[in-house]
Amino acid sequence: MKKKWVLLAILSSIGSVLSGCKSLAVLDPKGPQAQTQANVIWLSIAIMAVIVIVVCAILVYVLMKYRDSKLPKDYEPPYIEGNHVVESIIVGVPIIIVVFFSIVSVISNNKVEATPEEYKGQDPLVIYASTSDWKWHFSYPENGIETVNYLYIPTNRPLEFKLYSFGPITSFWVPQLGGQKYAMSNMVTTLHLAADEAGEMMGRNANFSGKGFAENMFHVEAMSQVKFDDWVKEVKATAKPITPEKFNELLKPGHVGQLTFTGTHLKFSPAPEGENAGHHHGSSDTNADSKGGHMEHDHKTNDGNESSEHNHE
Amino acid sequence: MGFFTRFLIPNPSPVIYTSMVAIGITILLIVFGLTHFKKWFYLWSGWLTTVDHKRIGIMYLIAALLMLFRGGVDAVMMRAQLAIPDNKLLDSQHYNEIFSTHGVVMILFMAMPYIMALMNFVVPLQIGARDVAFPRLNAISFWLFFMGAMLFNISFVIGGSPDAGWSSYFPLAGNEFSPHVGTNYYMIAIQIAGIGTLMTGINFMTTILKMRAPGMKLMRMPMFTWASLVTSVIIIFAFPVLTVALIMGTMDRLFATKFFAMTDGGMDMLWANLFWVWGHPEVYILILPAFGLFSEIIPTFSRRNLYGYRSMVASMVFISIYSFFVWTHHFFTMGQAAYVNSIFSITTMVIAIPTGIKIFNWLFTMWRGRIRFTVPMLYSIGFIPLFTIGGVTGVMLAMSAADYQYHNTMFLVAHFHNVIIPGVVFAVLGAATYYWPKMFGFMLNERLGKWAFWFLTIGFCLAFFPMYITGLDGQARRIYTYSESTGFGPWNMVTFIGTVLMAISFFLIVYTVYYSIRHAPKDVGDDPWDARSLEWATHNPVPEYNFAIIPQVSSREAFWDAKYKGHELFKGDYEKIHMPNNSGGPFIMSCIFFVFGFALVFSIWFLAIMGLIGIFVCMALRSFEIDHGRYISVEEIKETEAKYGGVNK
Amino acid sequence: MKIDHSQPLEYSTEQNRLNILGFWIFLGAEIMLFATLFASYFTLVDRTGDGPAGARIFEITPVLAETFLLLTSSFVIGLGIHAMRLGHKKAMLTFFVITLLLGLGFLGFEITEFITYYHEGATLQTSAFTSVLFTTLGTHGAHVTLGLFWGTFIVLQVKKRGLTPETANKSFIFSLYWHFLDIVWIFIFTFIYMKGMT
Repeated sequence: MKKKWVLLAILSSIGSVLSGCKSLAVLDPKGPQAQTQANVIWLSIAIMAVIVIVVCAILVYVLMKYRDSKLPKDYEPPYIEGNHVVESIIVGVPIIIVVFFSIVSVISNNKVEATPEEYKGQDPLVIYASTSDWKWHFSYPENGIETVNYLYIPTNRPLEFKLYSFGPITSFWVPQLGGQKYAMSNMVTTLHLAADEAGEMMGRNANFSGKGFAENMFHVEAMSQVKFDDWVKEVKATAKPITPEKFNELLKPGHVGQLTFTGTHLKFSPAPEGENAGHHHGSSDTNADSKGGHMEHDHKTNDGNESSEHNHE
Repeated sequence: MGFFTRFLIPNPSPVIYTSMVAIGITILLIVFGLTHFKKWFYLWSGWLTTVDHKRIGIMYLIAALLMLFRGGVDAVMMRAQLAIPDNKLLDSQHYNEIFSTHGVVMILFMAMPYIMALMNFVVPLQIGARDVAFPRLNAISFWLFFMGAMLFNISFVIGGSPDAGWSSYFPLAGNEFSPHVGTNYYMIAIQIAGIGTLMTGINFMTTILKMRAPGMKLMRMPMFTWASLVTSVIIIFAFPVLTVALIMGTMDRLFATKFFAMTDGGMDMLWANLFWVWGHPEVYILILPAFGLFSEIIPTFSRRNLYGYRSMVASMVFISIYSFFVWTHHFFTMGQAAYVNSIFSITTMVIAIPTGIKIFNWLFTMWRGRIRFTVPMLYSIGFIPLFTIGGVTGVMLAMSAADYQYHNTMFLVAHFHNVIIPGVVFAVLGAATYYWPKMFGFMLNERLGKWAFWFLTIGFCLAFFPMYITGLDGQARRIYTYSESTGFGPWNMVTFIGTVLMAISFFLIVYTVYYSIRHAPKDVGDDPWDARSLEWATHNPVPEYNFAIIPQVSSREAFWDAKYKGHELFKGDYEKIHMPNNSGGPFIMSCIFFVFGFALVFSIWFLAIMGLIGIFVCMALRSFEIDHGRYISVEEIKETEAKYGGVNK
Repeated sequence: MKIDHSQPLEYSTEQNRLNILGFWIFLGAEIMLFATLFASYFTLVDRTGDGPAGARIFEITPVLAETFLLLTSSFVIGLGIHAMRLGHKKAMLTFFVITLLLGLGFLGFEITEFITYYHEGATLQTSAFTSVLFTTLGTHGAHVTLGLFWGTFIVLQVKKRGLTPETANKSFIFSLYWHFLDIVWIFIFTFIYMKGMT
């Protein structure tokens, strides 16, 4: 059993080295932000590799040349306090590298924190992505629909994700679209993404959030604007509306499959931004108040819907 | 009935029941052994009440090795669970508890005491002092650490372990999402140990500033002493932040305050900030003494002075200050403005510069030297390339845009293990071998030690390098399972194999100690490595007063110059030596701290109040106590020195 | 133990000098402790939830009384140390006792203040703001309480054992502690009360 895995590991390591690690999610970008990040990563890997090689080369040279067994019996190492030239080099070169990286870092940082340049001027699609233990709720206020645990996005259009959480801190991460950002209660964070090409991708909560964390993933599919519009139409025609009762049911800890609704929960349970932000008053417990006796009744009626909602996927 | 149910574990499993039995049997065996061999009095008078920095150092060392075992078992279990996809070895709750305790145990109860062990044992010897500035406070520090560690460790058999990660982010760590007492243990055990650490910082800063041998100016101090001084300063400024954060966390959990709550204005980000304002300097509290240790070992086995002494000191001071201005890089993804990330990205990368200087200085110390491949030196040599890899991946992580992709993934896990293991663990293992003859009067077997080193190094590479790859492929950290379709399986299997090799190396190290106790020669002389600094100027093992005559220092490498340049270290005659008295106070007070902490964990208020009163009574008794210490007479010194062959040999 | 008579009594032995330096370093750690509390306070000051803000509960009279008592006590303990340097045991003890009484008065006012807050609906659990307010004030108050016990022990020791290097050393260190609490209070007064009332 073990041997098989070792063999597999060796084979796959050779394989991935040969293919230049192209298959790794982060280094296989499908959007401009992930592309920027992949470029930064490759650049830093290259320069860092040089540093590691230089250090190793010096180390090996020194070890070969000055090992006890290789030296004449009467060799006595000298006392050397230091050397200004050498010390300027070992200070100077790192400073140059750090300055260079600082520039790269600031530029790339501002890039990923704004609407991607290629799509500037376009009206971004705003999607509210919120988490509860252990699922993702995606609300499309522009289209008036809401999904759970899956995310359909149009290609070639900037996306603006508004992230927040109904529980522990989570992190919205679709490696092939771009890096992650935290979703927290009491505050909305913004993540700018865009998809260049159509395709399916993995998305997940990357920040540990308790028992169901490992399975806290979602399915991402990028498709052309036309297809996306068709999908929205189809949802509007077939899905049930989201109600406060149903939503409160969903907020309870646990796992559910993929669900689809018309309308968004933002209407009755607004995101913690603007005047709903955490520090202005109590919290977003507007929905907590509205729950109550309805729940049990609700649960029964929705059982049937869930399976039909699945089919939208 | 209701009273006792709180002590039950929320998620019992056969593993835990087995551990309970094992713990019970071990305790019984210890009690029986102590009684049978009539060692109770020896234990009490020789160890539990000691205020001798050397014995306290050795106790730290033993505690650190125990905790290394505990944290190591956690690691093996975690990696076994992840070795194959969809593994059913552990459930998610158990896995969460294991990685949370693994982090806390390894950082706070393994690495910290290991560093403290060496600081305690070595620093007073290196500066030619007879003890630390406050010997009894030193004992309190140790016992508070020890009781904190014990309190933390009983969590998995009584009440349940913390399960919110070692960083214990709120609101996950709050009552709503972590209802059992695990996180109470976290808050209170770390608090108790943290008080001890703070006291150590104060103690060593005072010691190093005021108790150096005559002639030892600041710029003549050995590098490990410099590192300890700088570390003490960081401890003094960083640990109070943790104290406050833990107080707030404890109050949120026990008294329903709203610091980090999701309602009533609470702010989860405050915890993350406070935690990392302490947490990042903490990293340097661990790594700077490790740098100091390498700076002792490498010159000794290169038979050369340390290259660039001044730049070594300067870079360390620079790092210590800068370590307080980088904490935000632990959460670039928390949604702060882009310019904030840019600033912290740059400050973080700047720390690479002084670290790089140190790496090159070590290389140039070996250059034109005469390198002997002993076990301590092997660890130092292995450290350089591996730590460089850890360091450069750190620079990669510092680039905030790219960090959005590394954050919370196995890439990050690989990075910090890649600095902590070759940095801290290699340093303390190498240094423990190096100082072993100073501590115990015999040397550890070199051949076995080399085997352990190679197992550890190869195991390390196998265990952690694949994580860089799976991290870039989207494997998040802290997931307890993954599906086969992800393709993480083979890499995680490699990691598991590496983990097993590392576990073997641990047992090899233990066996090395056992073998050496049985077979190593007991007469190795006072200076078996041909070393350079003052601690080697006294005997092996060190007499309780350290130096019969306080040495006079006139150069940076005092002992080397005494050996080869004819400097005279010990001038004058024996005089009677003032020593502090042993005291049971620190041990008893720390035991009460343990009870107090335990009562708080389970909200047993009566007991907590009694504990608090007990602690204050101990302090009051100490205030009224008259203790002038005792003297070692000249005759006694002469007798001891004669046994070792005299002060100047 | 070597006693150096050219130095003041509290500095006269090696251990005494170590104690004083060690205590200064400890005060450095204490500064960090309170700095962290203040930083947290400023972070949470506006996060009042459904509870009252500072302006609604703070009252100037008890706060001024507390400030007066603590500042005076800090001055008086300075007189006490001065008397100690001159070797006047009795004067020193009197000043120390006055210091402790003033401290006790401070604590009394603070406790009534807390009770008033409680009745106005500001408890430890009301909001993040009240949590951090009570914790910051409470940490200072707990320091004062501890100081009262500690000071009492020192007064008893000086009374019984006279002015020796040890007791002088303890008294001096205690005075450092007391001055430190006074300085912390000035910050609390300025940045919590004054700023909160405007």
